[in-house]
Amino acid sequence: MYVALLLLLVAIGSVLFHLWSPWWWTPIATNWRYIDDTINITFWITGFVFVAVIAFMAYCVFRFHHKEGRRAAYNPENKRLEWWLSVGTGIGVAAMLAPGLVVWHQFVTVPPDATEVEVMGQQWQWSFRLPGKDGRLGTTDVRNISSDNPMGLNRDDPHGQDDVVIDNGDLHLQVGKPVKVLLRSVDVLHDFYVPEFRAKMDMVPGMVTYFWIKPIRTGTFDVLCAELCGAAHFQMRARVIVDEESEYHAWLEQQKTFAELSGRSAVTRATYKSGGE
Amino acid sequence: MSAIILFLAVIATIVGWWLSQQRLTAKPWLEEGPIDDFPGTGAMTSPAAKIGLGVFLAVAGCLFTLFISAYSMRMNMADWRALPVPKLLWFNTGVLVLSSVALQWAYLAARRNDIDGVMLGLLAGGAAAVTFLVGQLLVWQQLIVAGYFVASNPANSFFYLLTAVHGLHLMGGLAALGKTTARVWRSTEVTEVQLSVELCTIYWHFLLLVWLVLLGLLTGWTDNFVDICRRLLS
Amino acid sequence: MVDIPYDAIAGVPPAEVPDVELYHPRSWWTRYVFSQDAKVIAVQYALTASAIGLVALVLSWMMRLQLGFPGTFSFIDPNQYLQFITMHGMIMVIYLLTALFLGGFGNYLIPLMVGARDMVFPYVNMLSYWVYLLAVLVLASTFFVPGGPTGAGWTLYPPQAILSGTPGQDWGIILMMASLILFIIGFTMGGLNYVVTTLQARARGMTLMRLPLTVWGIFTATVMALLAFPALFVASVMMLFDRALGTSFFMPSLVEMGTLSKYGGGSPLLFQHLFWFFGHPEVYIVALPAFGIVSDLISTHARKNIFGYRMMVWAIVAIGALSFVVWAHHMYVSGMYPYFGFFFATTTLIIAIPTAIKVYNWVLTLWRGDIHLTVPMLFALAFIITFVNGGLTGLFLGNVVVDVPLSDTMFVVAHFHMVMGVAPILVVLGAIYHWYPKVTGRMLNDPLGKFHFWVTFLGAYMIFFPMHYLGLLGVPRRYYELGEAAFIPPSAHSLNAFISVVALTVGFAQMVFLFNLAWSLFKGKLAGGNPWRATTLEWQTPETPPGHGNWGKDLPVVYRWAYDYSVPGAKEDFIPQNQPPATPSARGALP
Repeated sequence: MYVALLLLLVAIGSVLFHLWSPWWWTPIATNWRYIDDTINITFWITGFVFVAVIAFMAYCVFRFHHKEGRRAAYNPENKRLEWWLSVGTGIGVAAMLAPGLVVWHQFVTVPPDATEVEVMGQQWQWSFRLPGKDGRLGTTDVRNISSDNPMGLNRDDPHGQDDVVIDNGDLHLQVGKPVKVLLRSVDVLHDFYVPEFRAKMDMVPGMVTYFWIKPIRTGTFDVLCAELCGAAHFQMRARVIVDEESEYHAWLEQQKTFAELSGRSAVTRATYKSGGE
Repeated sequence: MSAIILFLAVIATIVGWWLSQQRLTAKPWLEEGPIDDFPGTGAMTSPAAKIGLGVFLAVAGCLFTLFISAYSMRMNMADWRALPVPKLLWFNTGVLVLSSVALQWAYLAARRNDIDGVMLGLLAGGAAAVTFLVGQLLVWQQLIVAGYFVASNPANSFFYLLTAVHGLHLMGGLAALGKTTARVWRSTEVTEVQLSVELCTIYWHFLLLVWLVLLGLLTGWTDNFVDICRRLLS
Repeated sequence: MVDIPYDAIAGVPPAEVPDVELYHPRSWWTRYVFSQDAKVIAVQYALTASAIGLVALVLSWMMRLQLGFPGTFSFIDPNQYLQFITMHGMIMVIYLLTALFLGGFGNYLIPLMVGARDMVFPYVNMLSYWVYLLAVLVLASTFFVPGGPTGAGWTLYPPQAILSGTPGQDWGIILMMASLILFIIGFTMGGLNYVVTTLQARARGMTLMRLPLTVWGIFTATVMALLAFPALFVASVMMLFDRALGTSFFMPSLVEMGTLSKYGGGSPLLFQHLFWFFGHPEVYIVALPAFGIVSDLISTHARKNIFGYRMMVWAIVAIGALSFVVWAHHMYVSGMYPYFGFFFATTTLIIAIPTAIKVYNWVLTLWRGDIHLTVPMLFALAFIITFVNGGLTGLFLGNVVVDVPLSDTMFVVAHFHMVMGVAPILVVLGAIYHWYPKVTGRMLNDPLGKFHFWVTFLGAYMIFFPMHYLGLLGVPRRYYELGEAAFIPPSAHSLNAFISVVALTVGFAQMVFLFNLAWSLFKGKLAGGNPWRATTLEWQTPETPPGHGNWGKDLPVVYRWAYDYSVPGAKEDFIPQNQPPATPSARGALP
């Protein structure tokens, strides 16, 4: 019975492909291992159901395909079987949903010790901003955007003067430090997407969205845009580099603050000095 | 989106109630025969046009409710500036009420078998509806003269959009009304046109209801009501 | 067991529903072109949908050529690539699948299956088709206007859709929205017909619980579509205002290519809510007719009643209702209020339960059946595999936190193609093999059909199953080319090339199918009235193809449910719905 065999082969082939696939998720670089675990649970449950249903179907095709003189059984329903299957499905669904919701709760609850980083998307490049010494990001407005103020900071906001502005450069993060990534866009939807981080969120003009991560290993990671943003969507790239503490501070000291960039000498030089005075 | 969810809940209740009359728990494989024992489970006996109008009103109601949902979400944004209500709007509302009353008159006349009364009611209703539409255009003109353009504020945009959509529905209704009037003109028997008159009347009452809700929304009456609902929900 | 007084049956009048005055065509034009006969309108819908669907198929080849062999085909630039994906998605979801299932199968099958002479508003039904055709023509015209069709993605998210960084920003997007508005108006006219015909024009004895599941599926889907399409209408009208009149419904303050735009204050998320309030029910608008049709295919070709008919009906109704409260699962990473995620993940996963019941009942129908492996049956079996696969990956994406890494990757593309691309299309194809004999009076060629089946099914599976793993790897969707990225190994490019080759093969296999359709029209084996020995009413028409008015002189009377296959004690292994009981029923004794 080649039909039954082929149907079964599809199921078995899928499982083998899953097991031997060279394409699998990237090595994780943040604290979101729970997300991977939830995916794994889901793979186990759904994989079992998939194989069971297809194997049963293939068996039926093998066993009950038409032969001369065969007549089908008359069997309108079986309440008990249907209820058992429903309850079983409900349990399986709950087993996937419950961990998912628990992890989602962690995902939306930012730890209080997280520092803020801002990522701004525009067609088709990324800019980054770190709070300066005062630990606070200054306010912004798209109406302030100009060639010497690419991120649209308010010049009158004292919190903004010491903000570190990285226009068209790489973002560095410190390993082991939780960080709340604030996301905004000045034109269309973008999505700050680093596959190794697992977390991602759309950037919506007119809003500030966020997610939080704690980098757990050093390395250099590609940033892609994951929300269609126009013709050069696929070329909207940047890099995030997760550093050890010392390297991170070395990098930070080389960065320019908003005050420096906008050339306001009256404002005191506010380069971020690592490790206090 | 709470308005549309509420609206769909009402629709779901109606559908659920109707389905509950249809013996959905029966075991059909045990029943043979033409099933005359269960009245009400066969095809509906109302005229198709009437059921069709009912379904269409559900769709149109859905459309307006979605606009209202969008309106109530957009009006919470910071740039919303309510626009003044032109006095003419009250006059228009009165005319639309009269239009509905006239059609109700026509419908009652049809039931009394009074074909002249039907004609009178239809013509008066149609004339009032046309007056309403002209009045709405004048409201637009007044607003434009006063500097309230369609793109200058979302409140204005919604005002033009909602009045336009309502007006287009009324124009569609006028087409049907015109056809009905022509048929009344030609026919001698009221029974031939009674259904058409009834359907026009139902549609007119629906549009009046929609207009009153929109008016409440556009003039800000319902703001308090919406606030109360929001508090109840949160 | 319901006791029906038996002698009451003998003298029943032929029809309880008053027979309708039929419109009679007077010329060739009104018979075949401006026809008001639902069967002709159905064929018109099906041909138009298939024609524009072929355009979408060719567009998918272009996309696959670019993805499989980036840089090789100089005639595809990034702008065109976006235009191709947008038009492919829009055409497939709305202009092909929705129109084909509801306008095509709905028009043909509803009147025949419920035992009506025609749709209740034939004139409106005809208008529905012509407005649909106009919508398709407006859509197709965007290929020829300056700037070309819109490249905003089929979701048309603002602000991007109407800004200058996106191709087709001049005419493409305006015409796209005009076309959508027309489509919705046309669909509403048709939808009123499908709903009211099912409610009001059923034959005597055709209770809801005797309806074939095909009618249940199409009916429920139509009700959903009537309530969901207004959301797309509202979104389209408002975006048209934003684009053409400069209002700011959806447009916040933004900098467009370095200059501050005139817009301000609007909310892009508002559009997404409206869009997905339509968009998610749309998935089931396509799926429910497929569910219904596949139930009938399996039951007929396995010669066995559908298992758990009542559960199947309840599940259709439950899915239809639930699908209106899950829309925001498309927006988990949109930036909406994050706590909505809890609610929408829960509702989304709950919907898996009635859906799973349907799957169980399909395979349990096979159990101890008499399975004829005809081409329609093969397509039904393949549907189950692809639908189970796509449904299960839906459990990944519906579970909010799992969606975070997978959203906007090829995993999503693979998932929705499997579940609402491949699976419904397999049903469409199976249904065409099943009902073609009724429409034309001739059978489709069987060997060609089997060839077409195996290439299509295995090919489509090989396209979309591995694609999930590209998504797991992190490959984003809607990318003109992957470019340099450290996490994408060279093998991923090879997989892309493989997928493209298979996609082209599957595409060309459809030409075999088209040939079969044309060839069998003239040379196919004569089918007779009921080649599959099926119970439902459409196979019991006095003529094949059914004539105008469907039923000859008298309307049918329905005496039984749609699934009397292999009834113990009956001579044949099927009893048509309109066959009166031979003896006072002894069914109470049955298991």
